[in-house]
Amino acid sequence: MISFPQLTLTQMKIQEYQAREIFKKAGVAVSDGDVASNLEQAKGIAGKFGFPLVLKAQVLVGGRGKAGGVKVVKIPSEFERTFSAIKNLQIKGCAVEHIFIVRAVDIRKEYYLAITIDNARNDVVLIASSEGGVDIEETAQKNPQAIHKFYLQGKKEIDSSRWSQFIGAIFKDLTAQNQGTKIFKALLKVFFKNDCALVEINPYVLDAKGNWLALDAKVNFDDNALFRHPEIMALRDLRAEDPDELEAKKHDLSFVKMEGNIGCIVNGAGLAMATMDIIKLSGGNPANFLDVGGSSNPEKVLNALKIILKNPGVKAILINIFGGITRCDDIANGILQAKGQMTIPVPLVVRLTGTNEKEGVAILKQADINTYSAMREAVNRVVELAKT
Amino acid sequence: MSILIDYNTKVLVQGITGRDGSFHTQRMLEYGTKVVAGVTPGKGGQNVEGVPVFNNVSEAREKTGANTAVIYVPAKFAKDAILEDIRAGIELVICITEGLPVLDMVEVMEVVRESKTRLVGPNCPGVISPGKSKVGIMPGHIHKPGPIGVISRSGTLTYEVVWNLTLNNLGQSSCVGLGGDPIVGMRFVDLLELFMKDAETKAMVMVGEIGGEDEQKAAEYIKKHGTKPVVGFIAGKTAPSGKRMGHAGAIISSGTSTAAAKVEVLKTAGVAVADFPEDIPNLLLEKLR
Repeated sequence: MISFPQLTLTQMKIQEYQAREIFKKAGVAVSDGDVASNLEQAKGIAGKFGFPLVLKAQVLVGGRGKAGGVKVVKIPSEFERTFSAIKNLQIKGCAVEHIFIVRAVDIRKEYYLAITIDNARNDVVLIASSEGGVDIEETAQKNPQAIHKFYLQGKKEIDSSRWSQFIGAIFKDLTAQNQGTKIFKALLKVFFKNDCALVEINPYVLDAKGNWLALDAKVNFDDNALFRHPEIMALRDLRAEDPDELEAKKHDLSFVKMEGNIGCIVNGAGLAMATMDIIKLSGGNPANFLDVGGSSNPEKVLNALKIILKNPGVKAILINIFGGITRCDDIANGILQAKGQMTIPVPLVVRLTGTNEKEGVAILKQADINTYSAMREAVNRVVELAKT
Repeated sequence: MSILIDYNTKVLVQGITGRDGSFHTQRMLEYGTKVVAGVTPGKGGQNVEGVPVFNNVSEAREKTGANTAVIYVPAKFAKDAILEDIRAGIELVICITEGLPVLDMVEVMEVVRESKTRLVGPNCPGVISPGKSKVGIMPGHIHKPGPIGVISRSGTLTYEVVWNLTLNNLGQSSCVGLGGDPIVGMRFVDLLELFMKDAETKAMVMVGEIGGEDEQKAAEYIKKHGTKPVVGFIAGKTAPSGKRMGHAGAIISSGTSTAAAKVEVLKTAGVAVADFPEDIPNLLLEKLR
């Protein structure tokens, strides 16, 4: 999941085959297909639909096509080899647990359809293009006039005079326009009913026989709204998420692994990002982003240290706290608790400023842990320690 | 002078009987904030720290003259809390609560747009006019009165920046935390406008971060309407670009939301951008000389 909560919406993703079921229920036509997690199942599906087939790796990261995760199989003799090849892929670190197998479609025309939220405009936006397909982002860059947007302006439906202009810019004839309107209406229902962050079909196609079909399905949900959708929570595929990030989330910490060797524990996402920047500017390399959040539970420090120390590349750890709601004495107690319960095999640099700073510094002093009050000095020290 | 809040601000606390609400009511009272009322449905008639509790906002406003609301209620009730304030004619709503569903905020912003109410947040530390009033969760003691207006998208990073100002004897007229959610009420441009008009404010600090386009819009505003110096800081230069929102995110964001792009656009608007928070005081002093 997105771990910089302030950047974009934190959202729960589901696999294509799951999103496709949601589309089907909403009345969006999809191509014939089914999901398999082993060769036995796969052969059964192939037998049912016949060739040619498309095999699609089910992973929650982008760029699967370019990573070899989507293949067309024209003849039965190629099926087993292709299935195994995709099953054995690691796509951006994700194992392929499921493969979605669909009947190949003879495509006449590809469209791009999406609904998402434009934060800058505080509004829901419908996006569409008559140049759908894998190169849609390139199209958006090079030929932005091929991308059309329709803002709902606070409404939950499309009942405006602007609509015919929007839909007319994407679909040429009236039948196609009616089809487009019908699909967007269905997608809007899905979007609002489920508190989605994104609904996307790329491509939405017209096939050689004149059928309209969604050949892909992407539905992401707003994490903050999951409390009112227990049925969506049940779709969560924990195996598809980063285990360290999940572990962090369980303890109410926000964590992202990075390439460097300086572990960071910071309170507040903005300060955590600034700390990483300053480490880098000072000649070091952060090993992670970790925000312990606003509460001052000493347990959190312990859990944060455990997660960071799982990474064998960490050479030194910086704890940077500016106490607001978080109290420095709680953090100090958390550090002592951690030291009592585990070995910390790398040097620890602690910076404490703000609420209950004196108490926190005193607690750590008794345990012979020095603290810094200025961030820059603490950063310089940890960078130096990580180099030795 | 200061912006948004001052000696005359009468504060109503929504969720005053909750853990965070009662704790921060105490802190605000200690700071000298005029907290005149609390609201928790069903708990009217009680007292928290000597502050009378009412069942709803309009009753609280009628009986106490509260003009500013601060919200500590759980995320699932926050939309209704904000809408209740707007209906009751509260002038300024500061939403501390984090984790509001984004579609709730789309709905709220549509109502805010049509009203006279100003919304700060959600997911923000609040607003402080040092020495006068503090409405939110920031530690009061790190601030001091003075001529610098501070606007920030962050929480603790704001404290870091403010503390560096205070240590260098640069007091603040008002400090505003805009909030870290994708959709928030007031944004950089709204606050820059207020600070440019405020007689006490001589210069501004804006603390931005990656994501969104608010810093770019701020840069445009400063270019056109800037009458006072602005110093900036942008967090997130080393942050990975987050996990993406399908293609739609890339199509909407148009690639200008990186830290480097924001620093560049602010510089072209004449904003001095600091590499380190502790460089901000010197940049301000140079600009004010």
